[in-house]
Order: sequence, then structure tokens, then C-alpha cells
Amino acid sequence: MNEIIESVKNLSIGFNSQKGKQISILRNVSTNIKKGETVGIVGESGSGKSTLALAMMGYIKQGLFPLKGQCLFKSEDLLKMSSRQLEKIRGRKIAMIPQNAGQALTPNLKIGYQIDEALKLHTDLNKTERDKKISELLNKVRLPSPETMAFRYPHELSGGQQQRVAVAMALAGKPDLLLLDEPTTGLDVTTQAHVLELLRFIAKDTGTSMIYVSHDLGAIAQVSDRIVVMYAGEIVLEGPARKILKEPIHPYTYGLLKSIPKLSLAGLPASMPGSQPQPGSINEGCSFYDRCNLATDNCKKNSPDLEHIKELDTNVRCFNYKELINQNNNLQTSITKKSNNSEANEVLKLKDVSISYAKQKFFDQLLNKISDQNPTVKDINIDIKKGETIALVGESGSGKSTILKSIAGLLKTKDGQIKFENDRILSSDLKMRNPNDLRAIQLIFQNPDESLNPNHTVEQILSQPLKLYFNLSGEELKKNIIDLLKKVRLGEFYMSRYPRQLSGGEKQRVAVARAFAAKPDIILCDEVTSALDVSVQAAVLNLLQQLKEDLGTTYVFVSHDLAVVRAISDRVAVLYQGRLCEIGPSQNVYKFPSHPYTEVLLGAVLEPDPDIKPKLVAEDIVEEKPPEKGCSFQGRCPRKIGDICNSEVPPWQIGENGNAIRCHINIEELASLQQ
Amino acid sequence: MESNLITEDKQKNKLEKAFEILKTMASKPSGLIGLTIVLFHVVLALISPYIAPYDYKAISPNTMLLAPSAEHWFGTDSLGRDVFTRTILGGRTALTVTFFGSLIALLWGGLLGIFCGLVGGKIDDVVMRVVDAFLSIPWILAMLLIVSLLGTSTEVLIPALGFFYGKGIVRVARAATHDVIAKDFIVSARARGHSNMSIIWNEIIPNVRDAILVEGAMRWSWMLLGFSSLSFLGFGVSPPTPDWGLMISNARGLMSFAYWSVIAPIVGLSSLIIGINLTADAFAKALGIDRSTKAPV
Ligand SMILES: Nc1ncnc2c1ncn2[C@@H]1O[C@H](COP(=O)(O)OP(=O)(O)OP(=O)(O)O)[C@@H](O)[C@H]1O
Ligand code: SF4
Ligand code: SF4
Ligand SMILES: [Mg+2]
Repeated sequence: MNEIIESVKNLSIGFNSQKGKQISILRNVSTNIKKGETVGIVGESGSGKSTLALAMMGYIKQGLFPLKGQCLFKSEDLLKMSSRQLEKIRGRKIAMIPQNAGQALTPNLKIGYQIDEALKLHTDLNKTERDKKISELLNKVRLPSPETMAFRYPHELSGGQQQRVAVAMALAGKPDLLLLDEPTTGLDVTTQAHVLELLRFIAKDTGTSMIYVSHDLGAIAQVSDRIVVMYAGEIVLEGPARKILKEPIHPYTYGLLKSIPKLSLAGLPASMPGSQPQPGSINEGCSFYDRCNLATDNCKKNSPDLEHIKELDTNVRCFNYKELINQNNNLQTSITKKSNNSEANEVLKLKDVSISYAKQKFFDQLLNKISDQNPTVKDINIDIKKGETIALVGESGSGKSTILKSIAGLLKTKDGQIKFENDRILSSDLKMRNPNDLRAIQLIFQNPDESLNPNHTVEQILSQPLKLYFNLSGEELKKNIIDLLKKVRLGEFYMSRYPRQLSGGEKQRVAVARAFAAKPDIILCDEVTSALDVSVQAAVLNLLQQLKEDLGTTYVFVSHDLAVVRAISDRVAVLYQGRLCEIGPSQNVYKFPSHPYTEVLLGAVLEPDPDIKPKLVAEDIVEEKPPEKGCSFQGRCPRKIGDICNSEVPPWQIGENGNAIRCHINIEELASLQQ
Repeated sequence: MESNLITEDKQKNKLEKAFEILKTMASKPSGLIGLTIVLFHVVLALISPYIAPYDYKAISPNTMLLAPSAEHWFGTDSLGRDVFTRTILGGRTALTVTFFGSLIALLWGGLLGIFCGLVGGKIDDVVMRVVDAFLSIPWILAMLLIVSLLGTSTEVLIPALGFFYGKGIVRVARAATHDVIAKDFIVSARARGHSNMSIIWNEIIPNVRDAILVEGAMRWSWMLLGFSSLSFLGFGVSPPTPDWGLMISNARGLMSFAYWSVIAPIVGLSSLIIGINLTADAFAKALGIDRSTKAPV
């Protein structure tokens, strides 16, 4: 167990800036990977974690070069090897699973063929041995019916299954070390939990060492024996997983853990101010100085070294770490949010809404109707009160964005009505809505890189709604823009910037400001924090909550992340395949009894705590289409009771907690089953 | 990476931006060479009438096919005209015709491409089919038909060339629009209720402009070659106006013993084409467009 497989020594990697300056993005990194051990490398985007992982297989991205240090794999320096020598090691001794590896499979080649290619490349087995090995590998990654699986094409597999194939290919050469760069990012919650469980099993079963790179402490917590925390190109904390997660003794890690929303906490997570410094902008002192609440004058001038603390078996880079020892219980706190007044009037009602993506037949087009017996979204009934935050949760493809688009008028409804203020029906066609209704409902999108025009300055971006809805110009326009920027905690000098000159969190703030520019009644938020780093996510969530409390805005908040939803929402609606499963006040939905699907989702949440393991109660199959009749969840339900689930749409039942559940199982029985 | 740093603060006005792009283009040797060649040709075209040592149309039987000498640097042609004079004047028509031709190609190609990308669906299909069908006729035949019906005046040549070279631009503009239109900022603008015109003008054009301009610059060099081929075949510029294509055509029979009269126009033509090509490439790189991945001709 104590044999060291790979050892990184004083590694610095950098690039030459256009002005000819040398800028390092990894600074003096040293760490050891032992045999059979899984090391999690965690850090926010830009912290250098992928650069480190790639260097550990002797790969330096184009434009970068090693400034000093070594990467010793079994005491040979990978950075000094020729590409021929590296070829012998990569795939055979060190294998890698990059992000989206599943999607990177060659689309027109069968799965079996692709694994066979990997085997040919990395082993000396003959044809029959390889064939045997293929089914062995497919078995090992727990793909269903390995015999037929080999003859399928990648597009015939779900995202999680594709990722399993990628794992199988990486295991083809029996590597000693497996590098995983964000291997579950972008997968559904339940799929993610399954893939992580598989990785843990493989680590134990084969004794392969693993390096698991992720921004997600929840995922890292599930697989790692040891955790390395990176910040601005340096290791700031390193130690046994349990110690790092339960008693973080570096202010950054402490803040990071606090900024993660947790299922057990109802309030908003605390956010860290500021953002990670850009490479090259750190001159002297501690790189975390700007954001640290323990900082002293000493930290400003001197940079701390990585210090080994023997009794904790931990390395830490901080002068004042002692103040954090034995502070652990503080991690379980959150900021309470003001709940909205439940007596308020309803501002938006969805009544029997169905939405279909089916192409209209010619005849139906003439009659302007859509005939689709099994639409993507069906029978949605939700009444939204003024000033509340209602969340729609569900896995990818559950129809969350589809519903938002319909509310915004971007997608026609098939049946049903969307009623706004005083039961006035909103046309489902954007062009038919009056300007004031358009103003009243605004959207914020997931990825600010896509939702902000890259060729517009912040000023131009914010002036669009102001000009369109309020005809502002000149000084008045400018004053309004500055006010908006202030509202989202950005200074006036941001006006002349382009989106590419802003950090992820700043971009999303601009997007929030643009939505608020219209003085809307309702804001539709589509996964607004999923593209952001956790510490930034916490800040944006707090900002949204603050704005809502000040201005009385109503949010419809779409997310796949149950912990984020728990933190921000007053009420939750759970969707599966475009059908509602459960709806109720959020504190109650997170209690039992819940709908079997809610139970599955809650079980799959990855908490940044090694003691809370996900409960995998259902298979992570992906269904293409909702079932024609019966319960929408029949295909995956772990509590399915029989034919009735396949044939009859379940009735709504109201629990004593006030959450409504749509299931054939009696609600009291459900409660006792879930005890 | 550095340009992403949050330190670049001031907003640059258009002129400064253009200057910046020029600077980036000139920072690589290939871009600098391209720019220099193009600049040289443009300046030459502007001043050549004033610096030409001889009358370009003065025929003189006494000076037929003289080899290069101090008086006639590039020698004389079969009619005794000074080749140097004719060479430095020979790019003027080609440059003017193809420059305006490219503008026309950019305009119709760009607008139609944006339109097709925007509306999509059936209309897009039909328009693209028609464009393809029209242009699957070999362009040179079609050009010959046009000039034989309408004559070879620049009023005919400019729109005709512009029309034929717009096809590639339609495709690029359409593809670029397709890319942009799926972005959330367009959805966002639609959801706010902006008019279609405002969306095209504010959201789409700024994001497809660069790709279209680069394609236009590329097409310019091809059009130059096309135009010279027409002249070579006798359907471009009419004699005695000096033109490289025409000069090459007239002198090619004499190549074996009076090589000078053909080399000078060839160097003129090919250097300009290479220059424009290099410039267009540098332009694309300066704007961050990778032509190697995005050339759906
Ligand atoms: N333009 C479209 N044409 C046809 N089907 C579509 C279209 N957009 C979405 N769908 C389908 O509609 C269903 C619901 O999609 P939707 O985008 O609303 O899901 P979502 O819950 O927002 O998922 P995600 O979490 O991945 O964003 C999916 O099955 C999807 O494949
Ligand atoms: S060294 Fe100082 S600034 Fe840096 S993390 Fe420790 S307390 Fe904070
Ligand atoms: S109705 Fe049946 S299939 Fe649906 S959730 Fe209940 S038990 Fe499961
Ligand atoms: Mg979505």
C-alpha cells in the first residue's frame, strides 16, 4: 500500500505572455500517489487542476511548458521522455478518462470494435483472447447484456453507459494509474452516483491507483482516500479525505465547503467574496489574501509555505491555520432566508399545460392544432404566488426548460392555458403578447457565455431592455445602467467591458442585471448557477435572494441540483418525463414520504461528506419517451406495485406535510416504506 | 490568455480597433508580406498614370520585341509598346473591377446567407437549391454567355463577377448565422420582444460580420484570377487598355524568344493574388477565425 507510483516534485508550468513575460499557472507543486490509492484533486476552474493531471501523464498542453520540477512515474521523469517512450506508458501503465469521454467515442464504430482497438494498441492479446476480454471489460463496468452491447453504436447508449464504455477502454491496458478529469460532470445526478460507485468498486477490485480531478467536492468525497485542494496554481491543503472534508484547516477549503448547499440545510450557503486571481497577477503574499477573513498584514507581504502537520497527516499553506483547528461544527450552518408570505395572490397559473415537439401534420397545420397523444410535457398544473420562488427539478429531459420556454412564449403550448395576473390568458405565441406582458416575464439562462452577445459591451447589453421597454436615452439611460450594476454589486467601470473580459460570476451578474432592467414581475431562471464555480454559485444565489426580498420578484427556478433548490426555493415541483410527480413546500418535499422518484433523486445527491453515501435505489436507465399510459415513472420505479402502474395514471394524494404526490401507493404506506 | 485579463479597461473606438487588427496582422511575417504587397499594388494603381515613362498605346514598328534595356526596363512587346509602362498600368482595371465585384458579392451573398440562416426550414432549402443549381453551370461558360450578350463593359463585368463569386459567401454567412442563432442571447432578445430587424442588426450581424469579411477577402483573390482568365480569353478588358490577363494572352505565343513580355504581367498578377491571399489569412487569424476548420465552400 505504501509503494509510491507517481511522485510530482516541485513542478511549475507556465507560458510566455504576449509581452514576453513568463507566467506560471502551476507553482511548485509536489505530491505523491501511492499504489492502490485514489487521490481527489479539487479546485475551481482555472486553479490548474487539469494541467497538473495532464502533466502527471507526461502531457503538457500546447503553448505551455514546464518551468521546473519533475513528474516521476516509477522513478522515471515523464517530462523528459521522448514521445516514443511516452507512447509505451500511456494507455498501458497510465490511462486517462477525459471529460465527456463518453461523447468522444467515434460515432460510426461499434462499441466492441472500439474497445478491441484499445486492446490491440495496449496489449499483446490475440483475437480470441481479446474477444473474451471485451466481454469481461463490459461486465466489469456493469453494462447490461454485454453480448449485445458490443454490437451497438455509441448513440444507442445513454450518457452514463457511454461513460462506462470509456472506463472500459481505459481499463483495457490494465493501467497502474488511472487519471479521471471531471468524469461525471454533465451527467445526470442518478447517473453520476452510479458511475462514481462503479469507479470506487474498480479501484478496490483491481488495485488501480486513481487520480480524480473535479470541481465538485461532493463527487470527490465519494471516491477519494486523499484530497488535494488547489488554488491559483498552488496546493493549499492536502490530507486524508475525512480530515479535509470534516475539519478543513485552510481558510479557502473552509469557505469552499461552506459555500456548497447541503440537503440538510434549508438556508442559503455562505459565499466567499471575490474570485480567484488570474495567473500572473499574483506578485507577493498569499494568493488567497483578497478573499481571506483570517488575513493579517503578514499574509500580504509573505507567501506561506506548504507546512506538514504531523499529528493531522496534513499539509497546509497558511500562516493562521491554527485558528481553524476544532472549528468543524461551524460547517453545518447557513444563512436563513425570508420566506414569502403565503397569503399573497397568484401571479401565474399553468392550467393543464401540455407541450409537444411533434411536427404538425399538414391538415393539423391548417386547423392550427397539434395532435400528439403522448406529448413531451403533459398536464402541468401549477399556481405560482407573487413573490415566491418555485423550483422545477428533474433530470435532463424532464421538460423543465420546455416549460420555461412556454411560459416565456418561445414555445407554443399544445393544450392548456398560461394565465397571468387576474387570470388573464397569455397567448402562447410571443408575437401576440403585448409589450407589457413581455416586459413582465424575463429569462436568465444557464451559460452567460451564450446568453450575452460577445460583441456588445456591458453598457450595450444593459441598455437593450431599457431602450426597448422604457425608451430611455442619454444621461437617464446611463444613470439606470449604473444603478443596475450597483444592484448586482458591480462597479460603474464595468460598463465598457466586453463579456470576455469578465469572470464567470461577473458575467452571470450582468445577465441578472439585464433581466432586472425590465422591472419584471416574474423571472424564469434556467439552471442559472450550474455553469459557475461553487463559491461563485453561492454568491449568485445570495444575490438573487436579496434582489427578490428587495423587489418582490417571483422566480421560477429550474435546476437539476436538489441541494441548490433546497437552498433557494419556497416550493418545489418534481418532474419526470414531462409529468409532475410531486409538488409542495420545499421543507416538506425533502422529508418523507415522498414520491418514489423524489426518493431516487434525493438518494443520489452527492454530499461533500464521506459519511453520507448515495443510496442507489433505481437503475440509471434513460428513457427516450414518456410511457403512453399509466404512471410516467413506471419504467424505473423501485416501488412499482404492478399492472395498475402501467395502465392507469396515478391520482394525486396530499400528505399531512402539505406535499402532493402522484402515486398508486397509498401515501401512509409510502411513509412506512420509506422509514 | 492575456487578452482575457480583466485589466484591459478602456473601450476602444472603431478606428483604434481597426488599427489594432492591422497591427496584429502585421505582427507575423506572412501577414506583413501580404499587407505590403497589397499596399504596393494599390499605391501603384493610384500613381501609375503619373509615373509611366511611355504612352501605353503608342505603337511603334521600330521598337518591336526589344529585349530589356536601360530605356525599356522590361523590353517591348510585339507592337513595340513599353512592357514596363503596360505592366504598372495593367492592374488598374483588374483591381477596380474585382474590388467592386467583391463588394457586390459580399452584399448579396452576405444578406442572402443571413436571411437563409435566419428563416431556416423550407424557404432556406429552396433558396439554397436555386443558388446551387444556378451556380452548378460552369461559371466561365455563363460569363461568356453574359459578356457576349451584354458586352464587356465594366458595368456588365462587375455585377456579373459579383454574382458568381457570391455563392461561397452565401454558404459561409448561412453557416455563421446558424451558429449564432442557436445561442441564448438571440433567444433572450426574442423573448424580450425585439423586432426581427433589430435582432438581425444588433445581435446577428456583429457576430457574423468577421467570418463574412474574411470570406469576401478570400473571394477577391479568386475573382482576380477569374477576371484575368476572362481577359486572357479576350472577354475582359478590350485592347488597347493594358491588362495583365490580356498581356499574357498576347505574348504567350512569343514566350520562347521574347519571354520578357510575358514574365512581367505574370509576376504582377500572381504577386497580387498571393498578397491578397496572405492578407486575408492574416485578417482571419487576427479576428480569431480559423479558416482551416471553417471553410465550408
Ligand atoms: N427542439 C426540440 N425538438 C424535439 N425535441 C426536443 C426539443 N427540445 C427538447 N426536446 C425534448 O424534450 C424533452 C424535454 O427537454 P427539456 O430541454 O425541456 O429538458 P430539461 O428538463 O430542461 O433537461 P436539461 O436538464 O437537460 O436541460 C427531452 O426529451 C428533449 O429531448
Ligand atoms: S496565509 Fe493568511 S491570507 Fe493566506 S490563507 Fe492563511 S490567513 Fe488567509
Ligand atoms: S404509480 Fe407505480 S410506478 Fe408510479 S411511482 Fe407509484 S409505484 Fe411507482
Ligand atoms: Mg434545460
